[in-house]
Amino acid sequence: MAIEKEVILQLKNIEQSYVVDNSVKQAVKDVSFNVYKNEFLVILGPGHCGKSVLLNIISGLESAQKGQVYLGAEPLAGVDRRISLVFQRLALLPWMTVIDNVAFGLRMAGIAKAERRKIAQKYINLVGLQGFEKSYPSQLSGGMKQRVGIARAYAVNPEILLMDEPFGQLDAQTRYAMQEEILRIWQQEKKTVIFVTNNIEEAVYLGDRIILLSSCPAHVKAEYEIQMEKPRNTVDPEFLRIRKEISDNTDLAL
Amino acid sequence: MNVQKQNHSSEQQEQILKDQKKQRKASYQNLMLSVSSILLFFFIWEMVALLKLVPEHYLAPPEAIFRLLIIKIHDPNPDGAVLTVNILSSLQISFTGFIAAILIGVPLGWLMGWYRVVDSVVNPIFDIVRPIPPVAWIPLTIVWMGVGLKAKATIVFLSAFIPCVINSYTGIRQTNPVLIHVGKTCGASDFTIFWKIGIPSAMTMTFTGIKLAIGNAWSTLVAAEMLAASSGLGYMILQGRNFGRTDIVMLGVLAIGIIGTIIITLFSHLENVVLRWKRK
Repeated sequence: MAIEKEVILQLKNIEQSYVVDNSVKQAVKDVSFNVYKNEFLVILGPGHCGKSVLLNIISGLESAQKGQVYLGAEPLAGVDRRISLVFQRLALLPWMTVIDNVAFGLRMAGIAKAERRKIAQKYINLVGLQGFEKSYPSQLSGGMKQRVGIARAYAVNPEILLMDEPFGQLDAQTRYAMQEEILRIWQQEKKTVIFVTNNIEEAVYLGDRIILLSSCPAHVKAEYEIQMEKPRNTVDPEFLRIRKEISDNTDLAL
Repeated sequence: MNVQKQNHSSEQQEQILKDQKKQRKASYQNLMLSVSSILLFFFIWEMVALLKLVPEHYLAPPEAIFRLLIIKIHDPNPDGAVLTVNILSSLQISFTGFIAAILIGVPLGWLMGWYRVVDSVVNPIFDIVRPIPPVAWIPLTIVWMGVGLKAKATIVFLSAFIPCVINSYTGIRQTNPVLIHVGKTCGASDFTIFWKIGIPSAMTMTFTGIKLAIGNAWSTLVAAEMLAASSGLGYMILQGRNFGRTDIVMLGVLAIGIIGTIIITLFSHLENVVLRWKRK
């Protein structure tokens, strides 16, 4: 697979710590890596340490104590519309219908109603939710809700999509189905995706590249480039070999 | 894998119809139970009165009160106003105070819950006012505003204002932080997040506050009217007592209960419309 190696996002020596119960706890320690245009990058890390912090920094919700994030050539300053998020927990606005949820980002960007309806409809179709435009989130299943979240993130036409353990709350069956879905969507609408997970199999199934983080404080422990054709067969010997290699190298999360 | 709305087969449709029928039957049975409970209540009351277990001037039988209701519609005796005038007078006062309480209390609660500065400024005063029973203000309001609509509406306002503030405050405080992040990453300003995410999140609690406020407004109104008024349901009750007419008192009490129930029911319907997204 010929990926044009154009750097779209760059993390340089990111460090972040917090004060917890009167002692300083370091969450992220000297993390640097590049993200290339249109790749599917997986950030894999054990437990709950550092990954979400790192994502908050990339999304501009938090600023790093040390280091800098560059979007293209310029340093990232706060929240940027070119980066869009799919959240860990189901983060839909419960009082809005599916189509209004998908159009929410567009509305915040000040796009006229007719236009944003048109765009929202396109992405509702992309995630396979046609017929549910007027439903409220409480009427949808977990997998369908997360599809709405994905459509909302895509609708604002960002350069980078950040996905923070988007399938963590789903049951195993739905999770497999959604992994296939996210690949299909990614192949249909080429975007750079940064996908955070703690699930090794999910990482190997989805990633062009995997950045393995250590346990607390998080730093880059290893990087894997996976050349296998997608969609991947999860019982292929090569798949299992990579999975074992990463697994052996992963810190135990207690 | 595309998710499509299911087309029900005829067999499924039949099952659905059957289930709906069952549900309708169950809700009909519940309705009948409620109706019988009210009828039983009146029956026991009537029996107690008929068998003279209690002297008639202590407890009038229901049918006497019903007759009185018909008479009171056109006869202003003994309290000086017909029933409809009393009801309208009470409604006017309670709605004036109650609507003012919503218009001021609800936005104030939202602002206090969202903006720290507002909270710091208002909260100390609010904390002192909160435990004061509304009726304690009656002497002062009479001195300041006389015994007219303004004075009584103020008392009603004070009683309804407090649950409006507390509940809308708590409601907006409970806004899901993930939804706030959604707003931020979409590039919304803090005020837009307050308006588009905070307030809708607070709506459920706000409605609870408003419903509590209705109850408070209605009960405080009667207390206010019993102390200073020239018409109204509370005044009618007071006059009934002065004339030793328990039937007038009972009629007033029942009218208050029934009208209060109607208002609360209407409000619950409004709540269902506004919060229709909660329905599963």
